[in-house]
Amino acid sequence: MDTPLIQTVLIPALQVLLVIAILPLGIAYLQLVERKVLGFMQVRLAPRRVGWHGLLQPIADAVKLLIKEDIVPDKADRFLFTLAPIVTVIPALAGLAVIPIAGAPFTLFGYTVRPFITDLNVAVLYLLAISSLGIYGIILGGWASNSKYSLLGALRSSAQMISYEVPLGFAIIGVLMLSGSASMVEIVNSQKTAHVWYILPQLVGFFCYFISAVAETNRVPFDLPEAEAELVAGFHTEYSGMKFAFFFLAEYTNMIVVSSIATILFFGGWLRPFPNAAGSAWLENGWLFFTPLILLGFVGWLVDQKAGTGLNGMFTGLAAGAVLGFLLGRFDVGGLASASVPVLSGAFWFSLKVSIFLFVYIWFRGTYPRYRYDQLMSLGWKWLIPLSVLNVLVTGIAMVLFG
Amino acid sequence: MFRTEEMDINMGPQHPSTHGVLRLKLTLDGESITDMRPVIGYLHRGVEKLCEHRTFPMIEPLTDRLDYVAAISENLGYCGAVEKAMGVVVPPRAQYIRVILAELQRIASHLLWLGTHALDLGAMSVFFYTFRERELILDLFEAFCGARLTYNSMRIGGLLEDVPAGWLDRVRHFITIFPGREKEYEDLLTVNRIFVGRTKDVGVLAPQDAIALGVSGPSLRGSGVDYDVRRAQPYSSYEQFEFDVPLGRQGDTYDRYLVRMEEMRQSCRIIRQALDRLPEGEVRAKVPKYIKPPAGEVYHVVESPRGEQGFHIVTSGGEMPYRMRFRSPSFVNLQALPSMCKGQLVADVVAVIGSIDIVLGDVDR
Repeated sequence: MDTPLIQTVLIPALQVLLVIAILPLGIAYLQLVERKVLGFMQVRLAPRRVGWHGLLQPIADAVKLLIKEDIVPDKADRFLFTLAPIVTVIPALAGLAVIPIAGAPFTLFGYTVRPFITDLNVAVLYLLAISSLGIYGIILGGWASNSKYSLLGALRSSAQMISYEVPLGFAIIGVLMLSGSASMVEIVNSQKTAHVWYILPQLVGFFCYFISAVAETNRVPFDLPEAEAELVAGFHTEYSGMKFAFFFLAEYTNMIVVSSIATILFFGGWLRPFPNAAGSAWLENGWLFFTPLILLGFVGWLVDQKAGTGLNGMFTGLAAGAVLGFLLGRFDVGGLASASVPVLSGAFWFSLKVSIFLFVYIWFRGTYPRYRYDQLMSLGWKWLIPLSVLNVLVTGIAMVLFG
Repeated sequence: MFRTEEMDINMGPQHPSTHGVLRLKLTLDGESITDMRPVIGYLHRGVEKLCEHRTFPMIEPLTDRLDYVAAISENLGYCGAVEKAMGVVVPPRAQYIRVILAELQRIASHLLWLGTHALDLGAMSVFFYTFRERELILDLFEAFCGARLTYNSMRIGGLLEDVPAGWLDRVRHFITIFPGREKEYEDLLTVNRIFVGRTKDVGVLAPQDAIALGVSGPSLRGSGVDYDVRRAQPYSSYEQFEFDVPLGRQGDTYDRYLVRMEEMRQSCRIIRQALDRLPEGEVRAKVPKYIKPPAGEVYHVVESPRGEQGFHIVTSGGEMPYRMRFRSPSFVNLQALPSMCKGQLVADVVAVIGSIDIVLGDVDR
């Protein structure tokens, strides 16, 4: 096979496979993290029977879902019932195609690999379009189940997603105007040249975006479609086994996608903090320092939970992590620091920012009650849409006035 | 061209937020409720009939199983009724300990209500916080009588035994830490915009309707009617304690929430007074070995966490009652549910069910 073919076909195909192979595992572990964080917030222990501190729990859950009986209700429309989870999960995964986790391409085994699958010049529009498709799966699933609770859940979901797509789109326009591009890579690069993350000039836009994004992903406090207290489980009441897992996978993938978009549009994507300031150049190797710090601190905290030693273990872990990080980063033990791999640095900052968003999602879940249907609608139509339109106007006027 | 239809939907008897085996037949127009019919009886055990074949001391464990999240209030009401029939005067120390137990039970019951109510509205964490404190109370009950749910904690004429050593200090410790813990729940709910939006003006019960429907307890006081059995017909020396009866203004779900939150504080206040002034002495009056109240009728009411809990006993002079009748607050409060829910949304039903705080064991008996 000649090089261009490998470059243009094989490598992207492998990247796609990589995403599809790794993502479900990552999401399984994201769910473990969610349960651990919620457990911490709710003064309880969270899973810890399977593996060390429940580290194998996601695997056990996945195996359970795989071997579970796959029930299709008698009165359900078999074809649509099966189609629905697929229709939901594919757009969610397709959204990841345009998410860049770092900027510059790197070389691997002599081939140039880009840290994203594709860089569309209309990536933002593509994402908006593709994320609206997921709703079809939910409506189909709810309707095909032939169950009243599912139907109510599906109707709620469709109304909600249609309403919140409007402010979501408007909220993004401000960023597009500032950067002058709809390509994800260009938007991040323009934040570097502008010397500022767009969160500062676009605070209102970010606010509208994030609220709409939470609503768009059906998470607390906007989890009406699956409000268990009212509608049992909403649109996936009748689903079990892997079909249920697909809905679940789609929900969490959507969470990751909208968090990534928030990171890229408003928080400088893979850029380290203060990307142009010379004094912060050491942050370029920040991943060498922070990764051991975070990991060892977390392990120490887990040990604390088991031993009941207060927070001693966590502080020990943090100290050990700091020493290790300092050795790796400052004194260049192992030669990683001088090797200076921009991809890893970019990926580190990108995933750190995304993780913070995901944490906020979980935090919401631990804190808020659920909105009621009419309140949700009035929030969307009466507040978010006018606010986001106003944001576009103000951004435009400011751009004209101040260049 | 287009035609809309009303949809019938069954909520329960197996549904996450009907708090037991309550079944509601809802008629929906879109998501708003045009009609609601509660269907009960899934937990009917015929307790009243069973009582006719039990001697009086054997009936007390049955009362545990009526309102199983507030069994001590039931014990207190039942023992009080039999004591009234026999004309037994309970020693003051026993009366005070009964008050401490009943008020702890009120807090425990309200904690269970708060946790599940918040959970129904989607606020998940409050549930775990309230259960943390409820656990402390259950530990106290376990130390007192060995059981954690169905206590059989009292005896006709007083208590079986005095409290174990150190128990009163543990109670005092609990009421010292509890107000701080209650602040935590309030921080999560009372001023939370979503929670207020979900409960304010939802399930309004006007005072005259509440009285006409026979609603009692915090649900009645939430509508602003000042009636508390502890105040109106004091029993077990409640007249010796100082406490406020919190009242709501509008009679909506939020008012009922505030009333119950305040009641927990008042319960702490009563327990504190009881601990400070706890008399010495016997804990059980002299009662005959075979309890045979004279023939006649007796009716005794207590303020259970859910409302006015009445015990009507018809005695024939024998060891067993001729007829036993419980006036259970959950059953009566439940009949206010349809009028509170009509015209509201499906999501409001769970809020309103939560706010009248029914226990199906008490409804069906």
